[in-house]
Parts: sequence; C-alpha cells; structure tokens
Amino acid sequence: MNHLGFDIEKLKIGSFDFTCCEGCQLQLANKESTLPEFLALLDIRNFREISSERLDDYDIALVEGSITRQDEVERLKAIRAQAKVLVAYGTCACFGGMNAQKNKFDKEECIRTVYGDKEIDTMQESHKISDFVKVDYSIPGCPVNKEEVERIVVSIATRSPISLPKYPVCVECKQRLNTCLFDLGEVCLGPISRAGCDAVCPSGKTVCLGCRGPADDINYDSFVQLVREHGLSEDEMKEKLAFYNGFAEYLNHEG
Amino acid sequence: MKVDFNIDIHHLPRVEGHGDIRISVRDGKLVDAKWAVVETPRFFEVMVKGLSAERVPFLTSRICGICSISHSLASIRSLERAMQITPPETARIIRLLAMHGETLQSHALHLFFLAAPDFAGTPSAVPLLQSHPEVVEAGLMLKELGNELSIATTGRATHPVSLVLGGVSKAPSKQRLAEIKQMIVDRKPMLDKATEFFKTLTIPDFVRETEFISLFDGESYPYIGGDLVTTDGVRRDENDYLAMTNEYTVEFATTKFTKVSRESSAAGALARFNNNYDLLHPQAKAAAEAFGLKPVCHNPFMNNVAQLVECHHLVADAEEIIDCLLDDDLRDIKADYKPRAGAATGAVEAPRGVLYHYMETDENGKVVKGDCIIPTTQNNANIHYDLHALAEQALAQGKGEKEVEKLCEMLVRSYDPCISCSVH
Repeated sequence: MNHLGFDIEKLKIGSFDFTCCEGCQLQLANKESTLPEFLALLDIRNFREISSERLDDYDIALVEGSITRQDEVERLKAIRAQAKVLVAYGTCACFGGMNAQKNKFDKEECIRTVYGDKEIDTMQESHKISDFVKVDYSIPGCPVNKEEVERIVVSIATRSPISLPKYPVCVECKQRLNTCLFDLGEVCLGPISRAGCDAVCPSGKTVCLGCRGPADDINYDSFVQLVREHGLSEDEMKEKLAFYNGFAEYLNHEG
Repeated sequence: MKVDFNIDIHHLPRVEGHGDIRISVRDGKLVDAKWAVVETPRFFEVMVKGLSAERVPFLTSRICGICSISHSLASIRSLERAMQITPPETARIIRLLAMHGETLQSHALHLFFLAAPDFAGTPSAVPLLQSHPEVVEAGLMLKELGNELSIATTGRATHPVSLVLGGVSKAPSKQRLAEIKQMIVDRKPMLDKATEFFKTLTIPDFVRETEFISLFDGESYPYIGGDLVTTDGVRRDENDYLAMTNEYTVEFATTKFTKVSRESSAAGALARFNNNYDLLHPQAKAAAEAFGLKPVCHNPFMNNVAQLVECHHLVADAEEIIDCLLDDDLRDIKADYKPRAGAATGAVEAPRGVLYHYMETDENGKVVKGDCIIPTTQNNANIHYDLHALAEQALAQGKGEKEVEKLCEMLVRSYDPCISCSVH
C-alpha cells in the first residue's frame, strides 16, 4: 500500500491479552469509519479475540493487560523473543492498571474472599509488563485512544518518530472550553496527567483519574497545594492517585 | 470402527478471555467433555473494599471492555439502592439509551465478527470483507450506531465517563441526539439486509432443556432492575440474587458455576426472549417469526438469532427513547445525596444476561463489601453440560473429530461468553 508517497509493507502484527478486560483490543475494532483502511495496513498474524488463525511470525506485538500469574511471565517472554517491536498497550500493561488495587490486600485474603477454600494461583501484585520484558513503545489509556493507536501504528509502518503528548490533560480540557472541575469542588488529576485523551473525562463532567499516568515534568507539590487551597480532601486525592497505579511513586511523597 | 480422539482447544478464539474445550472419546464413546476456564482471576470484590462509593462504578466498569456500561450501571443501581438515592426520570431514560447502545454494539460485534465466520467457514471476518462485503459493512454500521449511542449518552464507547451516582453528570446534546435518530432511520435497512443474510445460514439442530433466567417487570423488555424470573416458574426479588445463583467452584476452572432449579441454567438474549417475548417491540417479534423463533426455545445456537431479534428491538426502542429525550428539557439529570450506610443488589441485563452487583456501604459512603455475579458465570455450567450432550449427539450421528470440534466451538461461541469478565 501507499502512504504519503511511500510504499509500505503490511505490518505483521499480533495482539495478545493478559490480565485485563480486553477493552483496549476492542478499540482496534472501533472507529468503524476508518477500520477497513486501518486493517489494510496490517497483516494480522495472531489475534485470538477476532480470529482463529494463529501464526507465530509477527514482527509487532501489541500486549494488553497486567501480569498476575507466573505462566503469564513465560508467555510474555516468548512473545518478546518473537517480536521485533513490543508495544505495551493500555494502562494495565503500562502501569499494572487498576488491577493493582488488589496489591494493598494480602493475596491469601483475596483468594479467601472470592474463592473460599479453593486453591487459586495468583501473584501478590499486579505487574506492568516492563517488570519482565523490554518495552519498545507504550500506549497508555483505559481504554487506549483509537486515534492514538492508529497514529502510532502508522508511524511504526512508516518508520516515523513516535511520541506521546508531554503536556497535561488540562491543556486539552481548556481547548474544549470546559469549566475547571476544581472550581466545581472536585479533585481532578488533569493538572498532572498525560494528555492525549482529548480530556474525555472532564468533558463529560467527571474527574480525570490519571489513566495515562504522569505528564512529563509535573509539578506535584504545586498540585497538592492546589488541592489544599481549594479545601479539598487529601484522602480523596490519594484514592484517585492510586486508582490506576500510574502515580505509585508519588503516593508517599510529602507535598 | 474404533474411534479414539482428544479435542483440546487451548484458548478458544473469537471469545473474550481464555477458555479451553477438552473432550475425550474412546471407542466412539464420549468419556469426558469439559468447559475449562483458565483465565487469571482479578479480585474486583476485594478491590472495592474501602473505596468511596462514587469511585466504585469507575472501577467495576473495568471488569469488562465490552459491557462496561452494564457494570457501571449495576454498581450504580446497587449503591443508589443501598444509600437510598433516587435518580431523576430523565437520567433513568438516558441510562436506558446507554444500555441500548452497548447491547447493540456488543450484539453486532458477536453476530458479524465472532459468530458469522463459524457459519461461513472462515477463520475470521476478514475474508468475509471479500465474499460478503455488504454484510460486514452492515455489521460495522450497526456496531458504530451502538457506539455512537453510547458516546452520546456516556461520553465514551468503552468505560463510560458520565454515568455517576445520582444520575448522569452530563446530558447528551439535543443536536447529537437528533443526528443519531437520523442515523437510526438511515441504518434500519441494513439491519433488514443482515437479517436476510442470517436467514440463509443453517443453525445446528440441538436441544438440551434448561432453565432460562432473566429480569422481568411485566411492563417493558428488561434492561435495568426488576424481578428475577426463570422459565421453570421461579420468581424472586432483585435482592434475593443469591437464591438465583448458588455459586460454586469447580476444580478445572478459575471461574465459578451457578444453578437454580436444575444442574445448570442460562442467561442472555435467548433467556430474555424466552421470559419476555410479549414485551418485545412488534418489529422484533416480526424478525423472530421470520426465523421461527418462539418461546420457550431450548436450542442454545438460537441465542445468535435471539441477539439479532434484540437488535431490531433495540433500534426501534432507541428511536422512541430519543424522541422522548428530544421533548425533555434535559436539565434535571442528577440527584443530590449524602453518604449513608446500607446494602442492596443492583441487577441489569447486560448483553450476555443478568448481571448482579451487591454492595454494602458504611456511614461515610465507603464500600465495605462487594459481590459481583456476571452473566457468563451463570452460563458456564450450562455450556459445560451442553458440550457433553452435544458431543454425545454428534458421535451418535457418526460425526468425526473435525465435525465434533467445530460444533463444540460454535456451541461455546453461541453463548457469546465473556470469560475474562467471569473471572473478576
């Protein structure tokens, strides 16, 4: 196929899911208006959720989900060994995701609460995939933003540089002329979270919970100050920072 | 002739999540048939503990990427009932439209992209783009319509943004609603075309009598709340969900099994159809008649047809709901509330069947206990026993390994299982 005058070979791609809701993979089938064109870029070699065909000669692996069981580590390493490019796909793969909220509970308590006496294999923590393998690119988001996925996949195909927005969600929120949720009495993580979602949550009048993780060079102390100045709850702030595990390193930070 | 074979389908394709089919045949006789779910558990019922009630729907919606609106609304309903919050009528209608959007996109995804390749004998929908472009196109357009309904009502197609305790945080714009109404008018003919295509397909002839469970309120085809009923005549209050599920663990699966009056029961489109046929939109009833589908139907493969019938209902009903919202001022959309201690169940009809969330709150509005029972959990035992009966029937008809394997795969898929959700 031809893109901007370049002839592009179809990308041999595989999509793999680990512990997750598979909502990110579902995004590949969304944005129906561009789907046939997007599929024309790809030679799907392995994508269990939509196809019975399983071929192991893919170059690019999109990996969705967090790692919560030892057999997943082995499977992930095998995928890494095959793939020339491995993409952490979605918040669970990038940060451990909201699956990591179980990390604060003892594993045995988790098993007993849900399964009673039945033995269940699970790790104490929900891990991001970079805990076990080298990740070439990360596409955060819960779920991923299909437009960003298309942009990044096209960039891989055309060997163009890939970058995520460095600025916070507030930039996009202001562009959409939303009323600031802090002015409506809410703790919103927009000032410190990476943009690229078109501020979808604050535009729906709900707070940003930071699914894309921290923006580059955030001013965390100033953010805590903002919460205090508005007389808002720091406990609530911490609950939100912990929601997707993207701000793990800031949680015990004294602002 | 001596026939020995094992079928071991590892991570069944074209379903959400990881499940295996294991069948062994010796001397032409079925020795074992298992539906073994090997998905990793996620422990949502633990994760909700200590979380603020208002944050819970955002967490639980992540149980499933396909039916996140259902999970969000099941949590919201349970928490609103626990904390005695009454959402405004306009919010109730917006939520219903959101459910319709989700169910339409989920049914379209299943029918056209996951199930249709089985009937067409292809590994995925991609070859169908060449052989049946108009059918794939119709599927995409219906799926997009479902997603557009979800985006207009909740802010996003997957993992809703504006579904909150007390109502909705932002109402859809009238301009967008009017555009979607036009989209419905334009795309209805595609649904008819798709129906013609599905009429040409051969549905396997297989019946195993079972008990179908769904919501029922006697007034409208069920989506949010109501009594719990079964085709065996059981009727219970929504809060009595444990009597309708009786969850138990099995050694070969990380998901649980459930049952009501028999060894297994089934939820989903066919269960809703069987319990609520009279409440379907006339256009949907006409579609059912075209397939000869009547209640009570015990052929699990007909769940695909029931989903198609529901698509007709959803599209027709969505059009009427939009008219209703276009006449509304869309102002009163969220009730104020104070946190309080309480406990209740919220049941909704997710695309794959009844979904229960039970939540207990303390006086500060923190969740102290949660329980979620997902439709596929309620279908697992039925899938398991169906596999056994289907394999036996196929062997008695002299079918060989490849035919048995294909039929078994199709059977599991006809339930549209959402396995990663069932291990929550």
